[in-house]
Amino acid sequence: MKGSLIIVGFFVLGIIFGLAGWLNVDSFSFDISFIALALLMFCVGIGVGSDFSALKSLKSQKAGLLLLPLVTIIGTLGGCALVSLFIPGRSMSDVLAVGSGFGYYSLSSIFITEYRGAELGTVALLANISREIVTLLGAPILYKLFGPLAPISSGGATSMDTTLPIITSISGKEFVVLSIYHGFVVDFSVPFLVTFFCSL
Amino acid sequence: MAAGIGAGYLLRRRPLRYLGKVISLLIWILLFLLGVEVGGDERIVKGIASLGLEAVVITFAGVCGCGVLALILWKLVKGKKGGEPNEG
Repeated sequence: MKGSLIIVGFFVLGIIFGLAGWLNVDSFSFDISFIALALLMFCVGIGVGSDFSALKSLKSQKAGLLLLPLVTIIGTLGGCALVSLFIPGRSMSDVLAVGSGFGYYSLSSIFITEYRGAELGTVALLANISREIVTLLGAPILYKLFGPLAPISSGGATSMDTTLPIITSISGKEFVVLSIYHGFVVDFSVPFLVTFFCSL
Repeated sequence: MAAGIGAGYLLRRRPLRYLGKVISLLIWILLFLLGVEVGGDERIVKGIASLGLEAVVITFAGVCGCGVLALILWKLVKGKKGGEPNEG
């Protein structure tokens, strides 16, 4: 939760700078943000490349439960596709790009800003932060309505770190490994799905 | 990103203590810049409430969608295994 607050803090600080006109984005920041984005992708890639072993240790899981990340991705995108019909002024691919952040707000909002502009980027940031908050606060309700897998699924990419403690306490300790595996796979899918829907 | 995966694979035996910190720093910079852009754009500042509402609607749709499918998967797995994992 502390990490989320810092991130929101930087976003708000940026808004203040922008409102006050202390920094003019158009003059230089496109290049800065592109370079920073490229560096970020490089670092995320290093993390993925060096962490393949995390996936290998999961072979003991029950086969059916290994489909959970896929369930999360399809369910989220299905819900988003449906609701996009009722949101005026947004195309389905816009809404799907926002939805496929799966709570990974930092990366997805940065991508979407780069491809679709700051307006949709802001929607992505808010939507994915609220996904984390909904999971943290709503886990007991999700458990009651949809069973023990729902808090994990709702946590999306965050089910391996920020929402892991609440998932463990609500769904049970036996779901820790599944939750981490789920977060890892969904997290890995974010850059690909977001850029895919942005390119449509 | 592909370059990063390659580099990460080659460096996998080394401890990557600084990686997390570098990633957070870059994310902070980028979100700060997103904030600057948002703050400098009058149209977005005026529409922040409706953008927020849009965001919450999208989140709820996504969470409900995956909740329903997660319930179906749970029923399927539990049915097959005879309710083996005990519920917390």
